Amino acid sequence: MAREKSSKDNAQALFHSLRSAYAATPVNLKIIDLYVGFAVFTALIQVVYMATVGSFPFNSFLSGVLSCVGTAVLAVCLRIQVNKEFKDLPPERAFADFVLCNLVLHLVIMNFLG
Amino acid sequence: MATVTNTPVSDLLKSFKLKTKQQELLIRVSILCLVYILAFIIRLFSVLRYESMIHEFDPYFNYRTTLYLTQNGFYDFWNWFDYESWYPLGRIIGGTLYPGLMVTAVLIYRILHFLRFAVHIREVCVLTAPFFASNTTLVAYFFGKEIWDTGAGLVAAILIAICPGYISRSVAGSYDNEGVAIFALLFTFYLFVKAVNTGSLAWSLASAFGYFYMVSAWGGYVFIINLIPLYVLVLLITGRYSMRLYIAYNCMYVLGMLLAMQIRFVGFQHVQSGEHMAAMGVFFLMQVFYFLDWVKHMLSDTKLFQAFLRITVTCAVAVGTIALGLGMLSGYISPWTGRFYSLLDPTYAKDHIPIIASVSEHQPTAWSSFMFDYHILLFLFPAGLYFCFKRLSDATIFIVMYGLTSMYFAGVMVRLILVATPAVCLISAIAVSATVKNLTVLLRSKNKGVLTGSTKGSSSSKASSKALLDQSQPFQKNGAIALLFGAFYLLSKYATHCTWVTSEAYSSPSIVLAARGAHGNRVIFDDYREAYFWLRQNTPADAKVMSWWDYGYQITAMGNRTVIVDNNTWNNTHIATVGRAMSSYEDEAIEIMRSLDVDYVLVVFGGVTGYSSDDINKFLWMVRIGGGVFPVIKEPDYLVNGEYRVDKGAAPKMLNCLMYKLCYYRFGEMLTEYGKPPGYDRARGVEIGNKDIKLEHLEEAFTTSNWIVRIYKVKPPNNRW
Repeated sequence: MAREKSSKDNAQALFHSLRSAYAATPVNLKIIDLYVGFAVFTALIQVVYMATVGSFPFNSFLSGVLSCVGTAVLAVCLRIQVNKEFKDLPPERAFADFVLCNLVLHLVIMNFLG
Repeated sequence: MATVTNTPVSDLLKSFKLKTKQQELLIRVSILCLVYILAFIIRLFSVLRYESMIHEFDPYFNYRTTLYLTQNGFYDFWNWFDYESWYPLGRIIGGTLYPGLMVTAVLIYRILHFLRFAVHIREVCVLTAPFFASNTTLVAYFFGKEIWDTGAGLVAAILIAICPGYISRSVAGSYDNEGVAIFALLFTFYLFVKAVNTGSLAWSLASAFGYFYMVSAWGGYVFIINLIPLYVLVLLITGRYSMRLYIAYNCMYVLGMLLAMQIRFVGFQHVQSGEHMAAMGVFFLMQVFYFLDWVKHMLSDTKLFQAFLRITVTCAVAVGTIALGLGMLSGYISPWTGRFYSLLDPTYAKDHIPIIASVSEHQPTAWSSFMFDYHILLFLFPAGLYFCFKRLSDATIFIVMYGLTSMYFAGVMVRLILVATPAVCLISAIAVSATVKNLTVLLRSKNKGVLTGSTKGSSSSKASSKALLDQSQPFQKNGAIALLFGAFYLLSKYATHCTWVTSEAYSSPSIVLAARGAHGNRVIFDDYREAYFWLRQNTPADAKVMSWWDYGYQITAMGNRTVIVDNNTWNNTHIATVGRAMSSYEDEAIEIMRSLDVDYVLVVFGGVTGYSSDDINKFLWMVRIGGGVFPVIKEPDYLVNGEYRVDKGAAPKMLNCLMYKLCYYRFGEMLTEYGKPPGYDRARGVEIGNKDIKLEHLEEAFTTSNWIVRIYKVKPPNNRW
């Protein structure tokens, strides 16, 4: 029982320290995190819809889900490159790469939607 | 007294005197230009000896589709349903081919026409492979520069320009997917390694496009989509996880997968086939790694993090295993297909899929093939591996993994020596470059050590130790010179070997045969084309031709007639039906042929010329494939004591089957060799058993001048009266 209590304490302490550490991140990174969360949420909605209605035009389903996953992944890459640790890459170059990759992603998605 | 005369010439030369860096750049660029031209020229032997024509079997299909693309445009090509092959079934060509090669050739063709070079598409097709081989040398240079340094890059370019393993499938005239695919493979790998080294999204995007080109060009893209996740896994295990790796792999995977699914032949395999699941698994693993890294970065307490780590890892592993298990059990994720499963279990194809086992390129590799195709690279490869391990980095780990995995597969199947060639060339280049560099440093350092030792008495300890070193081994410089001469000798032997191999072994068009006559003059057998053009000019336009599947592509491309089966081998039962017809008695075979609406039967016979790749030698495979689907055909019926014979002691079923009758019809009266009885089969070396052959339902339509191709017409049924 002591172990249970300590693990519960552990979980709470973990949660609190994570929360406080996250509050300290800069605002632009938080915006990117929000964007990533939105993309993943949209992907989940699409999967739930597919589970209820069926996956008939499978290419459309795949293109929808993969566009969400793709933008999430690209936003995470942007977040990595904009972060202070990635010193040698100017943030303008990182954003330009991000825009280019998104452009290619969405062009392919539009071709794949069918 | 000699003075320096200031003539205008010496002034001019002085103005050209370049600094060392510029000299080095000039040397590098000129070497690359020469290597580019060399890679192109060495592949032109068959064009110079015979003519500019397409070789082998598969390239004829590629040529036919390219022709269709130039005449009808991309939309019709992408939606093409071909009714001229696989007779009653037809073939959806648009959805079952890899369009990269054809689109590339037509693009080059249109660019040349735009520049007002009015070349025929056949010339472009013939020279596509050498052109891309030259481009591969450039990519090899940049790749070598990325892994090691510019010296290694140059040596890699030179080695791959003339390596016989690559030349075998990229001579002029070999218009096949591999010619373009090896360029795409190396290009994709180079871009990915560059992306991992720099961590830039732009390079990852480029590698995704490289992967797309590879998927459009060849079915061997499965190697890339499995090697790269394996490489990422190895990096994760060796503790080399970094943000650059995350960016490179994720961007390449998502964009590459989306682009690859645009090719109809690949379809949804990236999410449904077992062969592609490794990439997806590593993708999710990377997300877990990133998440853990992020949490670790934010938490300051390590004990708390350990607990969190344990929970997350167990959850992730559990979820992953359950998902994979559910997918495989429910059949949603298809298991590995026979073609690739036989790479992991080489005995699988022989027992279960005779068609895959019958292809000669799919046999395991003999040591002689390795030596033939690689020469000195075979022992430079382990030396290069040693150097790579000495200086481990993300890039060298990749090339080591590529080399080892591709060498394993090259050992399983002869055809895959081609895939291993770039890795072997790169690793050997590292060995050569590092060795030569060390030797030349030795050559130079002695002079430097002596100079600094003599001019400055108390020089740095390094120089004095070098001088000491030189004093203790006085023959070091001589040894270095001797070793350099040895290296030069070996490399020149390599060049000689490669040229000889290309000239003798890999430059034959296969459709035109050459031999030496009695007086040493060259005799050309052009029987194949003779037969196909006879078909084209003397048969009705809707005639259907039955032959073994090897010749299908050539018959449709050159003879322009409908065939029953061809090299695509997508329908095993159809091929087995043809095999059954060829191995049955004439009365049973005519039923099958009438049911398939066959008008002509084509067989290849080498008894008069001694040509050994004819249908009689392939006959047992027809029996096996036919017997695999129709149990009425049994292989032991055609053998005598397990031995395959065509002479008097052959099995009675063998002596009376359709293939035997068609090949040896009227052969019993033929005198083939001086001093031998009539009906002596020069390819098998025996006198045939059944000389008095009568055909009831077929009649002979055409036999070529050297009896290599024989065409028979199926007689219509008799009138009933």
